[in-house]
Amino acid sequence: MDNRNTQINQFLNKEYEHGFVTSLESDALAPGLNEDVIRTISAKKNEPDFMLQWRLKAYRHWVTMTEPAWAHVHYPPISYQDIVYYSAPKQKKEALKSLDEVDPELLRTYEKLGISLKEQERLAGVAVDAVFDSVSVATTFKEKLKEKGIIFCSFSDAVQNHPELIKQYLGSVVPYRDNFFAALNAAVFTDGSFVYIPKGVRCPMELSTYFRINAANTGQFERTLIIADVGSYVSYLEGCTAPMRDENQLHAAVVELIALEKAEIKYSTVQNWYPGDKDGKGGIYNFVTKRGACRGDHSKISWTQIETGSAITWKYPSVLLQGDNSIGEFYSVALTNHHQQADTGTKMYHIGKNTKSTIISKGISAGQAQNAYRGLVSVLKGAQNARNYTQCDSLLLGPDCGAHTFPYIEVKNPTAQIEHEASTSKISEEQLFYCQQRGINTEDAVSMIVNGFCKQVIKQLPMEFAVEAQKLLGLSLEGSVG
Amino acid sequence: MIEIRGLEAAIGEKPILKGIDLTIKAGEIHAIMGPNGSGKSTLSKILAGHPDYTVTGGSIRYQGIDLLTLPADQRAQQGIFLAFQYPVEIPGVSNIYLLKAALNAKRRAQGLAEIDAFDFMQLIKAKLALVQMDEKFLHRAVNAGFSGGEKKRNEILQMALLEPTLAILDETDSGLDIDALKIVAQGVNSLHSKDNAILLITHYQRLLDYIIPDHVHILSNGKIIRSGDASLATLLETKGYAGIIQ
Ligand SMILES: Nc1ncnc2c1ncn2[C@@H]1O[C@H](COP(=O)(O)OP(=O)(O)O)[C@@H](O)[C@H]1O
Ligand SMILES: [Mg+2]
Repeated sequence: MDNRNTQINQFLNKEYEHGFVTSLESDALAPGLNEDVIRTISAKKNEPDFMLQWRLKAYRHWVTMTEPAWAHVHYPPISYQDIVYYSAPKQKKEALKSLDEVDPELLRTYEKLGISLKEQERLAGVAVDAVFDSVSVATTFKEKLKEKGIIFCSFSDAVQNHPELIKQYLGSVVPYRDNFFAALNAAVFTDGSFVYIPKGVRCPMELSTYFRINAANTGQFERTLIIADVGSYVSYLEGCTAPMRDENQLHAAVVELIALEKAEIKYSTVQNWYPGDKDGKGGIYNFVTKRGACRGDHSKISWTQIETGSAITWKYPSVLLQGDNSIGEFYSVALTNHHQQADTGTKMYHIGKNTKSTIISKGISAGQAQNAYRGLVSVLKGAQNARNYTQCDSLLLGPDCGAHTFPYIEVKNPTAQIEHEASTSKISEEQLFYCQQRGINTEDAVSMIVNGFCKQVIKQLPMEFAVEAQKLLGLSLEGSVG
Repeated sequence: MIEIRGLEAAIGEKPILKGIDLTIKAGEIHAIMGPNGSGKSTLSKILAGHPDYTVTGGSIRYQGIDLLTLPADQRAQQGIFLAFQYPVEIPGVSNIYLLKAALNAKRRAQGLAEIDAFDFMQLIKAKLALVQMDEKFLHRAVNAGFSGGEKKRNEILQMALLEPTLAILDETDSGLDIDALKIVAQGVNSLHSKDNAILLITHYQRLLDYIIPDHVHILSNGKIIRSGDASLATLLETKGYAGIIQ
């Protein structure tokens, strides 16, 4: 038995791959938060007054709020005055006209992460917006998308160039009053991505944002806003990494999706923020609010997430099914190892008639990790013929980790049909030995079993990312099975 | 091919194998028979490298190498195959995926490139025919929801694909009806050649009517107490273990 445990443990103790730090000169504010900081951020970004006023309202609301404590996660109090709220790599010029003007050190950082912005620009396939600490450094394929009337740019650019869209939609799905972290984000967010797909347009490529936290003691507060106009379609992917640091770093993002009539948004996340070391030191606190509104009839929003990183993950990508016949989907793999904690799930609000939602959640825990699924299916009074199918499966690797399921169901319309299935299983030593006896090594055997467990979710990802996600699941468990 | 000398092994503190000597040459078929709990599965798992068992004495040389220094996956890559008495279920992992991964692991160890998808399908279809298994089993999760007999056949399918040098079949006959037993025996016989060897572990004479062993050994309480040719199995059938062990 002991042999096996050490074998498994070595496997699960592999180091985080993206833990390097880029040395760049940065333009950062001193740590701390007050109205002046917010005014400074807004001024640095040359924002119109409506933005500043919105931020200030959010800040004034935030100071009246307390941090939520209901999640199944534990962490020491965060000192919000010790966080740096703005950090940007110094650029020679104010606005970048092309990738050639981006600091080569930055481009190298992305190359090291396996995302060559130059490549991406040349090869057809994926348009990338790269967010480094607080600001967007490059958006590729902008021109090509423009031909179709698609806007894909940094949030800051959108504020400058499309203030009417921002004014109309910002905070319309996640109001700043929504929750503690959403209010904080609204007050201090520095950049993020913006997408607008015009009527009837099917976005011809995957849109992708790559978030990177680099600077120390810096919070990353980005905001993503995606609007799919009538009859349009877009598939969007975000990826994230951060250097290894002993201190915890806060990431409090907000994502708002709006799907108008017959529009479809597919939003995929591969989250690999630094999880902390094997003793639980350091790592990202990933406190994120993601919500989509199916505003129009026959609209569809689908969230797919592969969560392998962060010391603590607290996120519930949700869908407001407002339009009749609208569809919400949530496909999730949350993998926690060592001392990682995840409390994640979704909320599906059935508001319109004949609305349908599907929830597939796969939780994998190893080491001393704790993994909780928390989900709400809410059927409002007017939501005639709502249907939901929920499946929550947990896989445990080793005796010291935990899996928890908290499904909440609120039904106010008797025509609703709600189905819920749940299971918990373990990777057994005998399964591993069976694979090894067939010549397959421990690492490949664990990835094979884990990937088999997650298949339903992985197959929702765009092809290129599915492969990456499979590798990531294997890597995140290296050094951990039991 | 394999030389087992004075093999002693324990699980935890409990000694199970108490000095086993066994030599198997290329081209031979050996059968080990013995009552429940005599240590047959223990021997097969030790040969395969199961980490739960501690070897407390003796040695095993396999094709000139000290087998006990190799981890299980490398033993398999070197041609040792164990058809399990109780094949485990692996939900979520399709049979075809496991088969392909296993074959490629072996090919990599031999310095060969991974097999291409088309060649693999050709190959696996031929092997399915050998054990008369339906193609649909390829796409089901490994052993999940398989009947006892289907699991055993699936083991022989894997054996057929991997073409082992030393195949150990641990009670592959138990749980098989007579038709399935014949199919499995035919499959095994057709895989047997002068370059490989088979170690059959069984409880009953029945299987040995179809796969004729060159040598039969009787294991009792962790020791081989008697060896002989195929007639020993017949003797055992008439006298029972009690009559032979005394
Ligand atoms: N995992 C185990 N833990 C404890 N005892 C075991 C274990 N596996 C086998 N044994 C014991 O070892 C002895 C031999 O078992 P086994 O090799 O399975 O016998 P056979 O295959 O001949 O029926 C039995 O007494 C059995 O109870
Ligand atoms: Mg046995």
